[in-house]
Amino acid sequence: MMPLLRLALLLFLATSLNLAALAVADTTRGTGDLGLIIERETGSVLIFSSQERRVLNRVEGLGDLSHASVVFSPDQRFGYVFGRDGGLTKVDMLEAKIEKRIVQAGNSIGGAISDDGALVAVANYEPGGIRVFDARSLDEVANIPAAPEGKGSKALGLEDVPGRKFVFSLWETGETWIADFSAGNVPVITKMQSGDRPYDALVTPDGRYYIAGLFGEDRLAAIDLWQASPVPKPILEGYRRGAKELPVYKMPHLEGWAVAGSRIVLPAVGSHELLWAEVGTFAEIGRTPVHSQPVFAVARPDGRQVWVNFAHPDNDVLQVVDSQTLQVVKEWKAGPAVLHIEFTPRGNEAWVSVRDLNKVQIYDAHTFEKKAELDAKSPSGIFMSARAHRTGF
Amino acid sequence: MCMLSGRTYRSVAAVVTAMYAITPCWSDDRAKSLERLVRQDCGSCHGMTLKGGLGPDLLAARLAGIPSDTLAGIILDGVPGTPMPPWRGLLSEQDALWIADYLKTERTK
Ligand code: HEC
Repeated sequence: MMPLLRLALLLFLATSLNLAALAVADTTRGTGDLGLIIERETGSVLIFSSQERRVLNRVEGLGDLSHASVVFSPDQRFGYVFGRDGGLTKVDMLEAKIEKRIVQAGNSIGGAISDDGALVAVANYEPGGIRVFDARSLDEVANIPAAPEGKGSKALGLEDVPGRKFVFSLWETGETWIADFSAGNVPVITKMQSGDRPYDALVTPDGRYYIAGLFGEDRLAAIDLWQASPVPKPILEGYRRGAKELPVYKMPHLEGWAVAGSRIVLPAVGSHELLWAEVGTFAEIGRTPVHSQPVFAVARPDGRQVWVNFAHPDNDVLQVVDSQTLQVVKEWKAGPAVLHIEFTPRGNEAWVSVRDLNKVQIYDAHTFEKKAELDAKSPSGIFMSARAHRTGF
Repeated sequence: MCMLSGRTYRSVAAVVTAMYAITPCWSDDRAKSLERLVRQDCGSCHGMTLKGGLGPDLLAARLAGIPSDTLAGIILDGVPGTPMPPWRGLLSEQDALWIADYLKTERTK
């Protein structure tokens, strides 16, 4: 071909490709850097790009989001938002719209998505138990009322584990149930006794251990899900012994971010400490005295440091703890009502919601320098789509 | 005259002019911050709209029949052995009574 002709053809191709790209510019973008910020008082969510450090859109009409959380579809396009009022809303992050919304219970606490991305489960306080939905249509697949003696038990600590299984615990009965959907949409259910009043739970990133915090016991419970017949084992027994019981103005949250290398870090209940244990044996390694009642203890993805926020009335402070020395290495007042901390997937930045400032602060996770702030109305949870590819998120 | 307690009063004048129907005298500021506390901080267990969470609902329909003193006592001393914490130290007795009346008359939002 003549060089000139070739050039002309190339130019033509390039412009037509560009035009095509422009026409669908809103939707042809990746979603691996997207996420949702919950605006708890207005029932809205913000779609943001962590890469661009900017809010792309606001989606409204999600009901009562005063205790809300999100899981993501495997393609990282859809966020499933679990609202306090039993609402389950599937948000399309590319088109910035509600794909589907149902109100599936009177009062719910959170949810999970199965490893194959096909099932979304919701834990309910009212009427209790869990309900499981088809992730595509939100049609009901299974209803597990967990109602011994006819009265529903509050379900919580709902986690997805490998093999199309969900694990959750029951406040009133102290049980942990495994709902196994591996054979289809009729679950096989295994029940076990974890202890008095489980209040939240986590699963380790490999999906092996389910750990339940117990309000009514001086210990936690760990279940090794790799055993043929899993049995809850008491761990960190007697951790409150001898300590003065301090009032808990907000219950701590447990999440898989608690694992830092081979160590797990857990917020104590009723004492102002972080508890460190070896994953597997769960032998105590040590404790870190912290500023107040810890709520979230979130490990940076490399596990080297853990960021901690606190319950009312000390919820203006952030502390960072070194996972090797167990020492507090940094402390500052981020602002009134620090509610949540989320790291970018590779851990270079920490995103922090400060409810009463109406801001999400973005910190360099290594230097603690504040890089940027985003406006948000009463922000609470921050959820990045990278959670799609992690067990127990 | 009325007794003053709490820590966030801005001016005595505001307190005197803002006579509250349910509590003999109260500042709008204090009322606002207590209302916020109820929604946000009690809300973390009872729900922001008070319809319940880990703790029971705190709606007027259920609480109206309970004497304010009793409710204020629960708020100040908590319910031992349950997650309901004692708020004494963060709230004065007057604060607790104000909250009790607020809960009993609160129009559900
Ligand atoms: C950490 C969780 C938590 C927080 C925060 C909390 N509560 Fe409670 N509250 C509970 C629980 C759980 C109960 C039920 C106790 C029981 O089993 O009797 C309860 C019970 C009550 C009751 C008695 C209700 C009844 O029907 O007997 C009142 C009143 C109450 N709370 C008011 C408040 C107020 C006001 C605040 C904020 C100043 C507050 N609570 C904050 C957990 C909490």
